[in-house]
Amino acid sequence: MTDLTHLQRLEAESIHIMREVAATCDNPVMLYSIGKDSSVMLHLAMKAFHPSKLPFPLMHVDTTWKFREMIAFREKFVADHDLNLLVHINEQGVEQGIGPFSHGSAVHTDVMKTQGLKQALDKYGFDAAFGGARRDEEKSRAKERIFSFRSAQHRWDPKNQRPELWNIYNNRISKGESMRVFPLSNWTELDIWQYIHLENIPIVPLYFAARRPVVERDGMLVMVDDDRMPLLDGEEPEMKMVRFRTLGCYPLTGAVESTAATLPEIIQEMLLTRTSERQGRAIDKDAHASMEQKKQEGYF
Amino acid sequence: MTENSKTYETAQSDLIASDIDAYLTEQEHKSFLRFITCGSVDDGKSTLIGRLLYDSKLIFEDQLASLEDDSKKIGTQGGEIDFALLVDGLAAEREQGITIDVAYRFFATDKRKFIVADTPGHEQYTRNMATGASSADVAVILIDARRGVLTQTRRHSYIVNLLGIRHAVVAINKMDLVDYDQEVFQAIEKEFRTFAENLDFSSIHFIPMSALKGDNIMDVGDHMNWYDGPTLMAHLESIDVSHERAAQPFRLPVQWVNRPNLDFRGFSGTIAAGTIKPGDPIIALPSGKTSHVKAIATYDGDLGQAMADQAITLTLTDEIDISRGDVISEFDKRPEVTDQFQAKIIWMHDQPLLPGRPYLIKTTNKTVTGEVTELKYKVNVNSLEHEAGKTLELNEVGLCNFNLDTPVVYEPYRDNAALGAFIMIDKITNVTVAAGMIDFGLRRATNVHWQAVDVNKDVRAEQKRQKPVVLWFTGLSASGKSTIANLVEKKLHARGKHTYLLDGDNVRHGLNRDLGFVDADRVENIRRVGEVAKLMIDAGLIVLTAFISPFRAERRMVRQMLEDHEFVEVFVDTPLEICEQRDPKGLYKKARSGEIKNFTGFDSPYEQPERADIHLHTGNMSAEDAADAVIAKIEEQYLST
Repeated sequence: MTDLTHLQRLEAESIHIMREVAATCDNPVMLYSIGKDSSVMLHLAMKAFHPSKLPFPLMHVDTTWKFREMIAFREKFVADHDLNLLVHINEQGVEQGIGPFSHGSAVHTDVMKTQGLKQALDKYGFDAAFGGARRDEEKSRAKERIFSFRSAQHRWDPKNQRPELWNIYNNRISKGESMRVFPLSNWTELDIWQYIHLENIPIVPLYFAARRPVVERDGMLVMVDDDRMPLLDGEEPEMKMVRFRTLGCYPLTGAVESTAATLPEIIQEMLLTRTSERQGRAIDKDAHASMEQKKQEGYF
Repeated sequence: MTENSKTYETAQSDLIASDIDAYLTEQEHKSFLRFITCGSVDDGKSTLIGRLLYDSKLIFEDQLASLEDDSKKIGTQGGEIDFALLVDGLAAEREQGITIDVAYRFFATDKRKFIVADTPGHEQYTRNMATGASSADVAVILIDARRGVLTQTRRHSYIVNLLGIRHAVVAINKMDLVDYDQEVFQAIEKEFRTFAENLDFSSIHFIPMSALKGDNIMDVGDHMNWYDGPTLMAHLESIDVSHERAAQPFRLPVQWVNRPNLDFRGFSGTIAAGTIKPGDPIIALPSGKTSHVKAIATYDGDLGQAMADQAITLTLTDEIDISRGDVISEFDKRPEVTDQFQAKIIWMHDQPLLPGRPYLIKTTNKTVTGEVTELKYKVNVNSLEHEAGKTLELNEVGLCNFNLDTPVVYEPYRDNAALGAFIMIDKITNVTVAAGMIDFGLRRATNVHWQAVDVNKDVRAEQKRQKPVVLWFTGLSASGKSTIANLVEKKLHARGKHTYLLDGDNVRHGLNRDLGFVDADRVENIRRVGEVAKLMIDAGLIVLTAFISPFRAERRMVRQMLEDHEFVEVFVDTPLEICEQRDPKGLYKKARSGEIKNFTGFDSPYEQPERADIHLHTGNMSAEDAADAVIAKIEEQYLST
């Protein structure tokens, strides 16, 4: 028998992490963002517990500004696989009319995403939440544990992380505290795409190039996904061949011009491009260490 | 950038551009290596990793732009690119210019994919370094050519070896600052080899380099023609770490029992060693029940075979009871089961190890309670000499005997890390306090059998017409514990009850006269009192104890020694000011003047009970009333038989 490939090793590690949570946590949940990493995480979970159904629900924190195709994909996938999905929307934020156009990306993300997530975790009393973050995404993530402790206020304390040795994870918490668990910690962006390719994992079509209506704003190609987007003077949606490298709220997620319409073409384009994945996200452009700060405040 | 890497990069880009499918197939079959970089602070670890990422073209344009920007603002290389800024990700670290936590980095060449654990150099972060070492196969130990082998170099080499890393690469860095002098390199190699004779590396490779200038990292460079070995990258690409775990006997620690319906009962876990196929005979431990493998069930269909490191689900031909914490093993070669073992531990917390205190012990698939029964010695990691000690402080390594409340399936760490490793968790704060590696099991456990006798606790208690119980009085010095306990005992005696009072006076002078007042001794003091009380309970007595017993963990330990309802915690709650006014033995006075150290309430903490069974507020009641209150509380359950 030949040695395991690196993808087989990564797969086994992720499955081990998920089973550990299922076996030792009282009330876990898997955060599902509909993106490619979430799709891989969910696929691995179905492998980990087969032939059982997932021993925990999925939860989507919906900011109400996701691409329409994302929501359609979510609904179909959940129905096809008979999954238990909870959708949480920060209703207070909706009542206050919070949105990225009216309040800017920082306020919108904080209220609809970060606060929404905390509300949902408190509401259901989850003691562990899986997230699809990877260590190669961003500097502060590179130092986060796989089992990452959160105080009762959902705060991450980067200087006081528990030592994490071998594959023995300490997930002991007191009442009100919780764990964020990152089974994809050691995957890279290329690993994710390769695995999607090898395993034929369905992903949202927005990742593939197609002609879509976009306007260029502040150097970012924004797709006009619905009529909530106010057009500025002189802005006229233009049909362009574009695709998305990451998915989030449509007004905050820049498209890239591309003709890559198949997985190998996407991977090819990714390997030959010279900018990192998070560049398309408005959220990282704030001051230094912005992600670290957001995480301390409870952002996933 | 030199010719070599350009050629490599161009070839890869061409392949990606011309035949992406061929490229993907090639990627799929790459091998995998996890390594750790360590060494003393300022030896250039972060710079080395930054250089590896940069030279393997893993830095994107936007990251490069921000790196150039940062280098000018806060760099230490006079405006030139400061590679360390790439990896020192946390804001606090960038400000202080040090690395305070393990960072995991990813890069690949055409032969291998790598995960690097970049670990801190400062002594206070040795535990983070051990964390990085636990999952690595190779250690790259950096040495500053100007400074040679330092204390921290020895410490890190010892710890990576202790954690089972067999391959060391000694990277003698900053050769540019010693004029690329071969003699400097040779002197350091000699010094390290002498030190490493006491360690257990199967290979040690020495490479002279400059991470800053790029010599002998990816490219040879032209400064050190006297060195004819491989570059660091060439060596990491070729080092063979296949540790034959697949050839060892089969071990599956059961992590999760998979029961979707009555027809399917699977046992899920990650194979720790060996291979398995349908039809193989197995034995489940510790139960010793046997069966055969029916199938290896996966989402993609049943497998014909599975090997070490795969996460699988097994079904068996017989319905036998197996749960999380058990180990499914090859029938002929089975691991041992024990509740006592010897292990090396690395202490990872500010609060020192207290032998005798119960901690949670978590192995790969089981969590039990256990204590260190004996700290045999500490290891001085500079000289590797053994030293006596009562406790282990942060970052210290010791050899200990353990006693567990439930047996575990194990193998010596050096034979099988997956079944020989464990962590220790503080029961109250839930933090990880130590990492342990089992050497071997202790046989005593199987040789000492508790004699089951016909005259037992129930019979003895019945004869005395009472229910045995420990009334555990806790509180500050001079709070009134002994006074109240004395009164309670008198009142019980007057009613014909059989009692015994244990207090400092009759214990400290005899049984515990070898103990002082440092934390470790206080724990041992209480443990012995607990054991004596337990014997007296067995004799059917009502036991009263009057000890400050300042730590929750020890009171809980005694509670756990006994059966339910045999332990009643009585909190004599007297404010510190009142105790100090009373001061019958003049101890508070001495503590105030500094004559006595470790005095509870002053320089040693008192942890109040969270939920005492009886809470006496002595500020507003007499000792007599307090004694009556205690008796009233226990009347129905313990005295009315």
